[in-house]
Parts: sequence; C-alpha cells; structure tokens
Amino acid sequence: MFAYIVRRVLYAVPILIGVNFITFALFFMVNTPDDMARAQLGAKQTTPEMIAAWKQERGYDKPLFVNLEAEGVAQITDTLFTQESIKLFKFEFGQSDAGRQISADIYERMWPSLAIALPTFILGLLTAISVALLVVLFRGTVLDTATMMLAVTIMSISGLFYIIAGQVLFSKLWHWVPISGYQPGIEGIKFLILPILIGVFAGLGTGIRWYRSIFLEEMNKDYIRTARAKGLDEIKVLFRHVLRNGMLPILTGVVVVIPTLFMGSLIMESFFGIPGLGSYTIDAINAQDFGIVKAMVFIGSVLYILGLVLTDISYTIFDPRVKLS
Amino acid sequence: MELQSRMASAVLRQKTDISDTGRSNTGTDVFGVVVLFALLSFMLNVSPASADWNNPYPASISSGKTLYSTFSSPPKHLDPVVSYNSNEWSFLSQIYEPPLQYHYFKRPYALQPLTLDQMPEIFYLANDGHSLDQSEQANAAYTEYHFHLKQDVRFQPHPAFAKQGEQFRYHSLSEEDLLEIESINDFQFTASRNLRAEDYVYAIKRMALRQNHSPILDTMKQYIVGLDEFSDEVTNAYQQLLQDAGATVKNRYFDLNAYPIDGVKVYSDFHFSIRIRGVYPQFLYWLTMNFFAPIPWEADKFYKQQVLVERNITLDTSPVGTGPFYLAENNPNQVMKLKKNPNFHAEYFPQDGLPEDADPTLLNDAGKQLPLIDEAVYTLEKESVPLWNKFLQGYYDASGVSSESFDQAVSVSGGGDMSLTPQMQQKGIQFINAIQPTIFYFGFNMADPVVGGYSEKQQKLRQAISIAINYEEYISIFLNGRGIAAQGPIPPGIFGFDQKRFNAYVYEEKEARVQRKTIEMAKKLLAEAGYPDGKQSDGTPLKLFYDTAATGPDSQSQLNWYRKQFAKLGIELVIRATDYNRFQSKVRGAKVQLFSWGWNADYPDPENFLFLLYGGNAAIHTNGAGINSANYDNPEFNQLFQQMKRLPNGEERLKIVQQMVEIARKDSPWVWGFHPKALALYHSWLQNVWPNPLANNTLKYRNLDVQQRSDKQLEWNKPVLWPIGLVLLLLVVSVYPLVRGYEKRQQAKIRVSKKGVAH
Amino acid sequence: MAAVVVLSTYFSLALLDSVHFKINPQKKLQQGPVASYVNPYLQDWVDPQLHGKTLSLLDLFTQHLILSTERTYSAPFALQEYSSSIVYTDNGVEQQFKQLQYAGQHLDNPDEIFKDVTIKSIYALVLSFFITLAIWLVHGYFRIKAYIFRDISVKIQPLSWNSFYLALLTVIFVLTWLFYLSHYYHVLGTDKVGQDVLYQSIKAIRTGVMIGLLTTLVMLPLALILGISAGYFKGWIDDIIQYLYTTLNSIPGVLLIAAAVLVMQSILNTHSDWFGSTEERADMRLLFLILILGITSWTGLCRLLRAETLKISQVEYVAAAKAFGLGGFSIIRRHIMPNLMHLVLIALVLDFSGLVLAEAVLSYVGVGVDPTTPSWGNMINQARLEMAREPMVWWSLASAFGFMFILVLAANLFSDRVQWVLDPRAH
Repeated sequence: MFAYIVRRVLYAVPILIGVNFITFALFFMVNTPDDMARAQLGAKQTTPEMIAAWKQERGYDKPLFVNLEAEGVAQITDTLFTQESIKLFKFEFGQSDAGRQISADIYERMWPSLAIALPTFILGLLTAISVALLVVLFRGTVLDTATMMLAVTIMSISGLFYIIAGQVLFSKLWHWVPISGYQPGIEGIKFLILPILIGVFAGLGTGIRWYRSIFLEEMNKDYIRTARAKGLDEIKVLFRHVLRNGMLPILTGVVVVIPTLFMGSLIMESFFGIPGLGSYTIDAINAQDFGIVKAMVFIGSVLYILGLVLTDISYTIFDPRVKLS
Repeated sequence: MELQSRMASAVLRQKTDISDTGRSNTGTDVFGVVVLFALLSFMLNVSPASADWNNPYPASISSGKTLYSTFSSPPKHLDPVVSYNSNEWSFLSQIYEPPLQYHYFKRPYALQPLTLDQMPEIFYLANDGHSLDQSEQANAAYTEYHFHLKQDVRFQPHPAFAKQGEQFRYHSLSEEDLLEIESINDFQFTASRNLRAEDYVYAIKRMALRQNHSPILDTMKQYIVGLDEFSDEVTNAYQQLLQDAGATVKNRYFDLNAYPIDGVKVYSDFHFSIRIRGVYPQFLYWLTMNFFAPIPWEADKFYKQQVLVERNITLDTSPVGTGPFYLAENNPNQVMKLKKNPNFHAEYFPQDGLPEDADPTLLNDAGKQLPLIDEAVYTLEKESVPLWNKFLQGYYDASGVSSESFDQAVSVSGGGDMSLTPQMQQKGIQFINAIQPTIFYFGFNMADPVVGGYSEKQQKLRQAISIAINYEEYISIFLNGRGIAAQGPIPPGIFGFDQKRFNAYVYEEKEARVQRKTIEMAKKLLAEAGYPDGKQSDGTPLKLFYDTAATGPDSQSQLNWYRKQFAKLGIELVIRATDYNRFQSKVRGAKVQLFSWGWNADYPDPENFLFLLYGGNAAIHTNGAGINSANYDNPEFNQLFQQMKRLPNGEERLKIVQQMVEIARKDSPWVWGFHPKALALYHSWLQNVWPNPLANNTLKYRNLDVQQRSDKQLEWNKPVLWPIGLVLLLLVVSVYPLVRGYEKRQQAKIRVSKKGVAH
Repeated sequence: MAAVVVLSTYFSLALLDSVHFKINPQKKLQQGPVASYVNPYLQDWVDPQLHGKTLSLLDLFTQHLILSTERTYSAPFALQEYSSSIVYTDNGVEQQFKQLQYAGQHLDNPDEIFKDVTIKSIYALVLSFFITLAIWLVHGYFRIKAYIFRDISVKIQPLSWNSFYLALLTVIFVLTWLFYLSHYYHVLGTDKVGQDVLYQSIKAIRTGVMIGLLTTLVMLPLALILGISAGYFKGWIDDIIQYLYTTLNSIPGVLLIAAAVLVMQSILNTHSDWFGSTEERADMRLLFLILILGITSWTGLCRLLRAETLKISQVEYVAAAKAFGLGGFSIIRRHIMPNLMHLVLIALVLDFSGLVLAEAVLSYVGVGVDPTTPSWGNMINQARLEMAREPMVWWSLASAFGFMFILVLAANLFSDRVQWVLDPRAH
C-alpha cells in the first residue's frame, strides 16, 4: 500500500510537468509579458519604463522555455518555465500579477467554495440514492416510468435555466432568500440554500438513472432472488443487500470528484456572487492574471490525481479482493 | 427528506404489524399530517419575527447610521501611488486626503482647501529664481506653490504609529506576534499622530520610485523640478539595495527621506512648497487626486515586513489616511466596510454654493460636522440583475439604472424631461441625473491609408461615416436616452463647451431644431470621396475593419447595430472583437482602422480632452505610449494646443479652444460619439445626494434616516408562503398512493408464493 | 422513433443552413455550371435587399424574417413595441408605444388578432395533415411492395410506425405553423435590436448541431485509435497514451478550453486578413472551437475504450485468434471493434447532448462562439440581463431554452433507446 502511494506520487511528477507545460505554452501564446504589464498597470498613460520595471520585478523578463543567452544547463534552468515550475512544486504560489499573496487568497476563498460544493455533493448523493431506491422498489410501475421520464427531462434542461428560474422564483417573486451574496458562518445559510438546492436538482437526473441501473443490476443477481424467494420482505432486501452492495460501485465512482470539490463551481459562484475559488479562477482568466491561473491549474491537477489515488484506495477498502501493488 | 421519513415509518409498520393493513394506513396519514402541521407552525412562528428572510446582511450591523452600497469589481490597488481607477477611488477618496478638493455644490467646478488653511500661494519665478509680477507670468520659467497645512489633522489610529517607549512597537514583527492576526484591525495597540508637511513630500517621493509603478510619474516628471533626476537616483539605489539583500519590493523598506528633491521643499511641520517648470495652471487640479495624498513613512516601513505581506496586509490593501473614514474591512471579493475615523479634523457641511434652482433641502445639514454617517458597507455586485432586485427590496440605498431596468424606473415626460415611473414614486425613490464629463468616441486611425489622411476626399469619407453613424439612435436603443450626442471633443460642463455651436459637418439646422444630416447627404459625400454607393473603383463594396474590446453579453446587438450603420452607406464593416488587452496593444501599435474608446475627465479643463488629439501624443510618434490613439496630427491644431495650455480660462483661451474644435470637426478624426448621462436612483431615506462627477470624497456629506429604512424593508419583503404549503401538501398526498401501491405488491407476491409458482 | 424524427429535423435544418452562397446580380458567377444555372432563379426568389449578402439555403425560406427587423423589443404576437419611447410630434415630445412595422399589418382591427391566429393555425393543421397523409401513402406503397416481395425466412422486427407518424405530424405542423404565421407576426417576439427571435433560434440550430456533431466526429478517431491501441498493445504505448489523457484530464476542463480559446482568438486576430467577412471569421472561430472541444473531450471515451479493450482481449476467442496467428490489426478490426461499437454509439450521443449544453455555459463564461454567431448560448447570455426588466422579457430566454431542450431531450431518448437495443443485459 505504502509503496503504491509512493509510486503514484512519483508518477504524478511528469504529469504535473506536462500540465505546467501546457499552461505556460497556452498562456504565453496569447499574452506577451508586455500585455500583462499593461493590463496590471492600468489603461491610462503607460510608459515603456513602467513596463520594464514591472516585468523585471516579477521575473517575466526571462525567456519562456529556452534561455539562449545562458550556458549549459542554465539554458533550461534559467527560464521562466523552470523557475516558476519549481516554485509550484514547492507549493509556493507567490503573488498574483495584481500583487496579492495567492496562498492567502486561496485559503480565504476555499471556504465559500466548500460551503456550496460539499452540501451539494452530499445532499445530491443522498437524494438521488433515495429516489433510485424508491424507483427500484416500484420498478415496472407507472412511478418507475414517470420518474425515469422526469430524470431524462431534468438531464435535458440546461443548468443555466435552473439558476435563472430559481432566482426569479425564490428570490424575486417569493422573497424567500437573498438573490445573491455570501456571508461566513451560520448566517450564511440563507445564501447557500438556493444554490445548493439548484445544484442538487440539476444533478438529480443523471444520478437517479445511474444509481437505478446499479441497483437493478444488483436486484437481478442470484443471491437477491434467493433472498426474495425465501420470502424476505422487499424493503429489507432493498436496504440490507441491494443498497449495501450497490454502494460499492457508487462510492468508488464518486470518490474521484471529492478532492475537486475544493475547486468550487464556476457557474454557481458567479451567478450567486459567492467569493469562492471558482469565481476566483474565472476572474483571473478574464483579467489574464497568469500568477493565479497557473496556481489554480496546478492545484486542480494535484487534486485530480489525488482523486484517482483515492479511488484506487477505496477499491481496496470496499472490496477486499482488490490488492494494490 | 419528507419522503424518506415516510419510508422509514412504513418499514417500521411492516415490522410490527404485517397482517392488518387498513389500520396502519390511518396511522401513516396521521403521521404525515403531524409533520405538516409541525413545519407550518414552525414557519408561522418564525415569520413575524424576521419577515425579511432575504435580508443579505447579518442582523448585528443593522443598527447605527450605516449606508449600504455596492461596487462592481474588486479593487485591485488601494495604494494611492498606483491606483488610478474610479472604482478604487470611491474607497480611497474617503480615506486619504490630498491637499485640495472640489466644492461639493459649486458649478462651474471650484477648488477649495481640504487639509490646507487656505488655497496655495502661487509665485511666478524667472529663470534665475527671482519673483515676477502677476503681469509677467506668461514669461515665467517656474511656478512655485506654497502649502500651509491645518494644524488639527490627524491620522487614523494605526499600529504603525504605536510605540513602546521610544521604539515603534510593531516595526519588527515575527511570526509569533501574528498568530491572532488576520487583518490590520486585529492589532492590540494603535496610535496616531499629526499630519505633517513631510508626509505630502513623502508621497511625491514614493511616486518617483519606479518600483511603485505610479501611472503619473512620467507626466509629473515634465513639471516638478528635479523629479526626473530624483527618480533615477532613488530607483537605482533601491534596485541595488534589493539585489544586495536578495529581497523584494514588498518586504524591503527603502528610506526615501534620506534623498532630497530639488523642487520640493519642507519649511516647517505645516509648510511645504512645490516648484514646477513653466506655467501650468492645471497643476492645482492634480492636487485633488489621491496621488498627492499624504503617506506617513512609518506606515510604509511597517507594511514592508514579510510576515505581513504573507497575510496580504500591505499598504496596497490596508490604507492609512487622515480622511473622514477608515477601512474597517477589506474583503475585495465580497464586502468592503468603511467606518468613521475618530480622529477626523473639523470639517463642516458647506453652507453656500448651491445653485439657485436646486432643492433647498440639500442645505438641511449645513454647518454640521462631517461625516454624518457612522459606517458604509459596500457589497460586491458584478451582475446588474441581483443589484437591481436588492435595491428594489430596499437593501441598497442607491443604485444606477441599467438599460434593462430603465423602463421600469424612468419615464420621459412631455417636455423631454426624465421622471420616475409611478411605481418608483410610490416607493419614495428619488433620482439624480447629470451629464458626465466623459466622451465615448469612434476613432479613425489617421495613419491608415484608407480612412486616414488629410486630403479633402479622405475628410469627406470620414464626414460621411460621421453622419451615417446615428448616435441619437444608439443612445435611444442602448442607453435609453441617457446621453447626448457629442458635437466635438469637449463635454458639457467643461470650459470651452458651447451649447449653441453644433458640428456643422454632421448636423444642420432644420425647422428650428438641430438635426443630423440625412443619409442622402452622406451618400453624396461618400461619392465625392470616391466611393459611389460604397463601392470601390473595382466595383466591390468598400470594406472597413472595426476593432473593439466588446465581448460582453450586450455586445452582439451593438456590433450588429454598427454594421447596420455602415450598411446604410453600402460599406461592409468587418468586426474584430478581442479582449481588452489585445485591443489596447493593437491601438497602441496603430494596427487598427476603426475603433471605439472613451475618455473620462481627470480634471475640468479642456486641455484634458484636447490633448487626446495633440500630435505630440500620437501613438505612432511615441512608440505606443501616447494617448492620441487616432494618431491625429494637424500642425495648426498642435500649435494652438501649445498656446492654449499655458493660458488661464478667459476670453482669449475660449477663442483658441473654439478654433481648435472647429479644425478637429472638419478633419473628423473621431466620430464624436456621445457624452453619457449618469442616472442614479436612491431611496427616500438617503439624504444630501448631489451629482459631482469630479469629486470622489462625497461620502462624508451623505445622511440617512435609519428608522424609515428598516420600516420599508419589512414592508417590502414579506415572504410568500403558500408555495411551501402547497409543496408539503402535495408530498403528503402523494405518499398515500405510494404506500397503497407497495402494499398491493407485497400482497400480490404472497399470493403468488402461496400458489407455489416459482418466481 | 419520435426522437429520430426530431433529431433529423434539427440536422436537416442545420444542413440547410450550412450551404452558403452569395447572390450578385451585377456579377457573372464563375463558380461552375451549377451555380450559373441556379443563379437566375435564385435572383428572382431572393429579395433585392439581400443581394450581395452571404446567404444559406435556409435563409431562402426565412428571408421574410431577416427583412422584418423592428426597432426594439416586442412580445410574441404583439402589434406594438414592448417599451414606450420618445416621439417628436407636433405638440412636443410624447411617450408612446410605437406600432410594429412588420406584425399584423393585414389586420384592420387589433382586436381580431386572436381570431386571425386561430384561423391560420387551423389552416396550418389541415395542411400538415395532408402532407403527413401524402408521406404515409408513399410510404405505404413501398411497404406493401416490400410486404409482397418479402423474404419469408427473414423475420423483421416491427418498427413503431405509429409514434413515428405522430411525431412526424407534430413536427410538420409546428414547422408549417411557424412558417405560415411568421409571415404575419413575430411568433416568438423580437430582441433588443428588433431581430426576430424565431429566426435567431432557428439559425442557432446550426451552431448547436455543428458543435455537437462535428466535435464528436473530431474526438471519435482520436478516442478510438488511442483507446484501442492502449488497451490492445499495452506496454509503453499504453503508458504514453495513459500519460497523455491523465495530463489532459487533470487540467480543469473549463480552464483548458478557456486558455485554448484565447489562443485561438489571438491567432485569428493576428491573421485577420485571412477572412473576407465577419461571417467567415465567425465560422472559422466556430470550427476552431469545435476542434478545441474535440481535443479536450476525447479522454473520457478513450479511457472507457481502453478498459473495455483490455477486457475483451482477455476473452477466449480473441486469444484463439491470436493463437491462429492473426495480425494485431485484423484482430482489432474483426473482434474488438464490433464489440465496442455499442459503447461508442452511446457515448457519442451522450457527448452530443453534453456538448450542446456546454456551448451555452462556455458562451456565458465568454469563451464560447463568436458573439456575432447566432447561438443559444449567446441568446441566453443576452437574455439573462433582460430578466431584470419589469415586466420581464422572457421570450428570447424561453425560446433558446426550448429549442435546446427539445434537441437534447431527443438525443437523450435516442441514446436510451440505442442502449436498450444494443445492450444484451437490458432485455
């Protein structure tokens, strides 16, 4: 197990280098450091001296991948790419192009993101599983067909629609919750209700269909038939066997997304004015703040790889037959 | 959740009593009804106490005179040396105090002392430094300004000033000292001190330091004597220091006090002077800007500590000022809070200067000590939809009017005046509107071979396009009439603007009204320019390229509109929409043909607009640094500009300005575009609102009726409860058939197994 | 079957909209015999105002919609503008609701609108009955023929023709109804600059379908080749391919797309001389977007295929084929590919609907299609602000969501059906 984890971590290094390479290549194809300096220094009367000073201060005066002026190894190491990548691997994010400390910003904005993403995830999972169980209980009836039709419909409607409709209905017309905003602590709940509800609802369609098929598959297995043939109560069968065994594929399937919950939901956060990491990232893209973009891409990749590792580990935990080597 | 508990109860029942289905059914229904009543009564109990479920503020801050407002994008910089953005200035100007300010009421705009005893004394000097008479000022080689400070101005309480014995308490902090500290307001000890002349000088010195990225350094270098040399000297010295110490700009303090500037002198704690080259009457306007706000060196030194930088506590995030407010919370992604500065000096609400026709209740607070409110809470609202809704719900005290909500808010009366719709009036909402000292123009690149050039044909092409782009229509569609079509570069309210002088190349007087020339006349001009029906000599339509940074949601219809305008002439407009960065660099490189841009007055002087067309500022002549993006370069215009710049406002200057405007109209390097009208709505409980687009420090004049506000909020935000009841009812009702269905199944199975048929 | 009808309607509208041409009476066309033959006919058909503009085949049927541009907002079936505006009259300035220029001109009295619409709807209904009937007759003829000459040994799975005809009738009715009524009214209202919302929604079909369809076509070969070779050859090929998709996958999707789109924009901007017109530019941008989406979205399917190939290549008959000395390529072709096809088909249809929805989100973030391209994403993005108006301007939003919903629903139902037919476990 330990050896496995070490191996995965080592395996992550080339992937992260690749990710960094893509980020740097893409970003600097669009922006010259001069552009970035101008964007940060403001629109009015920017002089070449000001730009030069800005670039030098942030190390953007170095060449991107290959430093032709340097000798030997320094040709590769004395470049923007290598210097910045090393800092990233040490999780030193430095300051954003606008001059703020990125790690402090991330730490601060992580909580609103989690406050939305975590409850959405858990509630979504619970609701979808409950409905799927109910549907399996009533499989083959009108309820089953109707729910499945409903699930396809929910899937087919754009998520933007739920957001807009939710805001109009619950906030504008019925005055139930504030239309947008955020507050830390217990008073923040009123801001979170609507985005979480919408998030849960929008994900319901896919969830129900997936869990239903898992449960149905389980239902058709021989041991379940035996249990039912023995005259075991339907609900007992459902909870004791189907749910328990069905949880395995469900959990291993969803574990991969848990770490990425940190990254926040981009659309939700910008519609509801929640100062999380999702809106942080999108603002950075719009402002073309490379410091933040590279940090967020890096963190996203690390979390994704973490998710993969967790999935593998969860297999061993839930299914003793699987061994990691 | 309701569903699940129903299932649980069903399970329970199955266990206890499997034989008698009828009785247990009633049991489940009773259970459901009980739950429903419990929930309903819970709601009914809660609702009267807090009818405003949707109040976006914590209950704790609703007391006291707190103003609620918004900001649309997170302020990036709160360091006055670098901030040059109205969004940031709306905070900074409440916190910092430059020497001068604009009088709140007076029109035309007038300057008045803010931290000074009196207006600065002005001396005109000859080349050898001896004083000249007022009459000889045109020949002056230098102008010297003397400033005398008020003696009761003190900085806000701040840890940077706190002392322990002789030592500054917090000037060498370690990680352990900061365990409990997340923001600047968490320090246990604070202190204050008097404002001194050296603080103003220190601000100028910081500006000179290249590492601080001051946007006006290169402009000021032309004027302030010795600033250029000083800037090179300190920049290099600092650079050297940083290299030697291996430190960064953020965490290494540099003692600027050790270096003197030739043109800036301190005589006493309350007296200093600035000497500038030549005569530049507009210099005083610069002294109302935050670049000249005092910075105490203690604060600069205090903030340059690595442990603070790591917590985002810097001068750029936590200002230290003498103004009426201090920044109590800086969370640029969510909320900014200003609180009353306990040390604020004696300043009183103006008693005069209000124009005759203005509402006299504006003087109700005349003579009272400022500021009038205790606190201001600004919330980030990027989207217009939630902003508008919250304003209508009473949670923001004031709001702009987006074009979407215009119809709802404003109606235009028979006389062409704007007034509020009955719906708004019923809510007691009021509004102000004022034309901004701003111009949005549509520029031609004068260096372009097709649309540029100074020959008569090329002029006519531009004039034809100027007629075709119907800005009256633009204003009516996209701005709901909130703006006026521009007749030249100078907006109303600025010296040199004259209502009666219209642009005779685009407009004509018809039926006693100034009207845009017809499209036929434009087509005629176009034919004379060599493009009959918009066709080039080879018969293909003329194709022009338009660059814009418009990528917002509204842009598509605007771009379509521009294409329609050109299509009227038969010209095909190709749109190249990009992000703002790329757009800027293209314009600076003169790689555009047509583009649109805007300019906001820095100060109320025609020079601030005419220099956008001065040849010496052309982008192509200055390697992209100049702001004359149209690259307009007319020798006659340039010469008049030099002359106009040195003159004080008066008959002579007016004549020259008008001459310049006339030249520019003929050449048409811009389609003059429009001047926007700012329209703001505010609730009846917000008082002393008066439009002053140039003054930014107006928060101190505002007043509030808090009682009225909380009454209205309660009244406007009663939650609608019936949908909750309906949903609950539906849930309960739907449970019954479910349970029935399930029982049927169970029984059916039993019957099958009884018959002994294998399943 | 119903889903197929709807899908093919969308596809054919998109196809019609993709054939572009320009009509220029002054200039002789040199584009070959077909164009010069068709051109004189088209000239008469196309309104002179549209000469010299790039048109699509679809525009020929909807040209009345292009031309009937109002000044600003109007509600569906409205006769007046939605908001009042300032009018200069003899007695000064007045605020009034202006009459629309192109709606209900044939009515003498605005009160007759309900009656008029009902009558016209009945016309459309009757007409569509006849069209459906005609199709049914032709189809019936072939069916009878096929029935008579059928091969009795082959048992044919009956298709659900009833639902097919019901769907066909509905689609034909909706199309004729929209077409017929759109001559007299703005059926779905007009937007801020007075363009017909119906026209925009229909034009947006092409963008939606193109993004969904072409992107899946771009990713398909990538996913197939890489997925199967990773699963089949294993070893270092597998390692490289795994590295590739893990790397791509680990970059947060929207970030990757946003960055790539910005790159694309800057390339387009530096080479703006490549494009003659705004339409070409927008089309180019659309193609690039499709390419980017294709390159970033193949990883999911690739992973799936790799796992499945791994499984299949363990199966006895593949091992047997190997033992017989069959080449790797022919094993893949004969044994592996056919066993993957159902997975591919289902994944493609699901990706299709996912992409149609994603377009809206990307346009919201600002990295979607060109703002001048008609697309549902752009419409939603614009209409979002209109929701703040009071009374609300709901129709652009509703029609964009409606059109999108129908397409995605049809695709989802279709994929369900495919899954049901192809998945042996489902029976």
